[in-house]
Amino acid sequence: MRYVRYTVPVVILLLLIFLFYRGLALDPREVPSPLVGKAAPAFELPLLEPEGQSLTPKALGGRPVLVNFFASWCAGCQVEHPLLMELSKQGVEIIGMDYKDEPADVRRWLQRHGNPYRQVAIDRVGQAGLDWGVYGVPETYVLGPDGTILFKQIGPVTPQAWERDIRPLLVGAR
Amino acid sequence: MIPELGHFALWLALAVGLVQAIVPTVGYARRNLRWMSIAGAASQVQFLLVVVSYLCLSEAFRQNDFSVAYVAANSHSALPLIYRLSAVWGAHEGSLLLWLLMLSGWAFAVSIFNRRLPADISSLVLAALGAVSVGFLLFMLLTSNPFDRAFPIPLEGRDLNPLLQDPGLIIHPPMLYMGYVGFSVAFAFAIAALVTGRMDSAWARWARPWTTTAWLFLTMGITLGSWWAYNELGWGGWWFWDPVENASFMPWLVGTALIHSLAVTEKRGLLQSWTLLLSIVAFSLSLLGTFLVRSGVLVSVHAFATDPARGVFILAFLGVVVGGGLLLYAIRAPKLVRQGEMQLASREGLLLFNNVFLVVTAAMVLFGTLFPLLMDALDLGKYSVGPPYFNRMFFLLMAPLAVLVGFAGVVSWKRANLVESFKPLRLLALVAVVLGIALPFVTQGQGSVAASAGAVLAVWVLVTSVQEVWRRVRAKPSLAAGLRSVPRGAWGMTLAHIGLGVWTMGVAFASTFNVEKDVRLGSGQSADIGRYEFRFDGVTHVEGPNFKSDTGHVVVSYRGREIATLNPEKRLYPSQGSVMTEAAVDHNPLRDLYVAMGEPIDKNDANGDWALRLYYKPMMRLVWFGGVLMFFGGILAATDRRYRLAQRASASIPDGAAAA
Repeated sequence: MRYVRYTVPVVILLLLIFLFYRGLALDPREVPSPLVGKAAPAFELPLLEPEGQSLTPKALGGRPVLVNFFASWCAGCQVEHPLLMELSKQGVEIIGMDYKDEPADVRRWLQRHGNPYRQVAIDRVGQAGLDWGVYGVPETYVLGPDGTILFKQIGPVTPQAWERDIRPLLVGAR
Repeated sequence: MIPELGHFALWLALAVGLVQAIVPTVGYARRNLRWMSIAGAASQVQFLLVVVSYLCLSEAFRQNDFSVAYVAANSHSALPLIYRLSAVWGAHEGSLLLWLLMLSGWAFAVSIFNRRLPADISSLVLAALGAVSVGFLLFMLLTSNPFDRAFPIPLEGRDLNPLLQDPGLIIHPPMLYMGYVGFSVAFAFAIAALVTGRMDSAWARWARPWTTTAWLFLTMGITLGSWWAYNELGWGGWWFWDPVENASFMPWLVGTALIHSLAVTEKRGLLQSWTLLLSIVAFSLSLLGTFLVRSGVLVSVHAFATDPARGVFILAFLGVVVGGGLLLYAIRAPKLVRQGEMQLASREGLLLFNNVFLVVTAAMVLFGTLFPLLMDALDLGKYSVGPPYFNRMFFLLMAPLAVLVGFAGVVSWKRANLVESFKPLRLLALVAVVLGIALPFVTQGQGSVAASAGAVLAVWVLVTSVQEVWRRVRAKPSLAAGLRSVPRGAWGMTLAHIGLGVWTMGVAFASTFNVEKDVRLGSGQSADIGRYEFRFDGVTHVEGPNFKSDTGHVVVSYRGREIATLNPEKRLYPSQGSVMTEAAVDHNPLRDLYVAMGEPIDKNDANGDWALRLYYKPMMRLVWFGGVLMFFGGILAATDRRYRLAQRASASIPDGAAAA
């Protein structure tokens, strides 16, 4: 029985490898969202500004928009943030979904880094994120004028993703 | 032509690696000394080939040869030469080449410095390193060849990620990789011990300097990484518990445990199987780090370098190398164990506790890092684990460790009377408590439980470390004789422990008394933090070699006297369309003043008001200075004279080295 003890590490390793293998299959970058091509899930969330009002998908219809799930505590959001600022300058409409975050924190964050968002909705408990299938912030959805999800970017929006995946959709949908 | 030469050198290195892995192993099985001795020559040839390959890639960067896809993706003709050369490891393929260069470099060093070791050990160590290099070479050649040509040839490169265009990033990855890869030597020594059945004090003496050397590089690598993040990411933080940071921190923790358990194995011949396990685990965690960074399983700041397809290969590689090592361990380790007597009331007993805390901390970091992935894989929902978890756990586990450091110095090996041993420390404990509690009030003019707790621990570690050397010195007739009598290894240990104390002090103060202010300032306006006044004198537009910069001018005064002019920058790199924040810092040992540019309030008017971030961070430098002290402590310890003597003494080939 003394020998069993020595096999513990290799068993742990096997479990970890299994986990990583699953992790690779689950990879957020590789799995297309099942929501692509479907209507954006319903939600009603309070807006950051003006306080007391709320945002629903109806308000997004009529023109293509980017819906960006972000949070003040999220490092990846910091990475994509300059690009979002640039895009908003170019007139791209971006809706911020502040995921699992406190309004005070995000207000400070936006003040500090700049605000690229037309509107910011507060998804404090992350329910809308769950409905939208958010794996982890940042994630960005491209919505067509009729409110269908055209594309989902997982992780920071990169200049390449913008050029290759997102911009053509916005141009086509307009 | 040059890229093809580099590519060809890699294939040759693969062939040599196979020879290096197989021939000595067969030689060992057949007791053929000549076959075994091929290992040394093979590792030297392989190193040469990898150097050639590495130089070829550097040359392609130097020439701006954009026909090479990797160069085109990571360089630009306007990029300064120094960054073109460091761009070699700016992305995946080149990082692997650097990894490989270091791996073969370590093997080369082993072949040179360990010539006097018993032939079976040294050739098996090199064979194990050769096997690891084969895996890496296959990975490069099959999935990530840095020499692939692009067609049509782009006229201009896509430029190095601006995040990486920083002096800190020139040396941070090589240092970190030296550490990661260096643990492969400890791993290879463990494999050799398991195969030969030779695991004793002599073995520990051979493995120790290698392990310490790997550890000191890793220490420096992590320290530099933290310093870089602080300057370059522009939000004033120095450690984020980001998955990739964690990936480098876990091998560090286990490596630190290994250094201490090796000491026990060398001095007392105990904890052998534990030491072997740690040697395997430290390297496994280094490989895991590579897997986490390169596979995209976890999303992090560093995620610009991810590619899931390659993850499968690394995972398989991880399975073979680590699985093989652990399987060998499961089969052979039980036979190696001698039932030595271990008293908990002894230095080895305290070192065992040290190991427990370090390994549990590493496990805690691993758990926190993988928890979101685990829950997701089991379909239990989406979670994120943030700094609050890590910080709390880390403090709970590290505080006892800091207490232990002080005790371990006075407790003797084998068996000790703890109560008697601790007596000389009573005064020091009092000093630590009084000084620790007082320090926040004296230096910051305010109290804080967290800062005081940290300061008490820090002072405790500092005074006990110094007193340990002092006791040795005092035992000698004169100061000079006393100082000479302290072995270099002990100086190294003391310096590293002082580093720990300094680091603890820095962390306690920088995280508790950190003041952060987001302000909107127009030219000529100013904002205060305590007695520091920050006056904003507007921005000037500066053209860099490959970027445009809005450089801010901030004059800092202390009690009305000007003490510094800071020039934080907002840089636009047009080739990648990205904006970078270059923070400006004025620092002395007691405090950092940190200014980072936010955004102009009116987007189109850079001369109008700006959002600025101002930080006051007391004792921030100590965090990195502590790491630097540990680094130098490591250098002293690794170059202790007795390691060189130990090699000469054991230059014979033991017969019957193959214990069944």
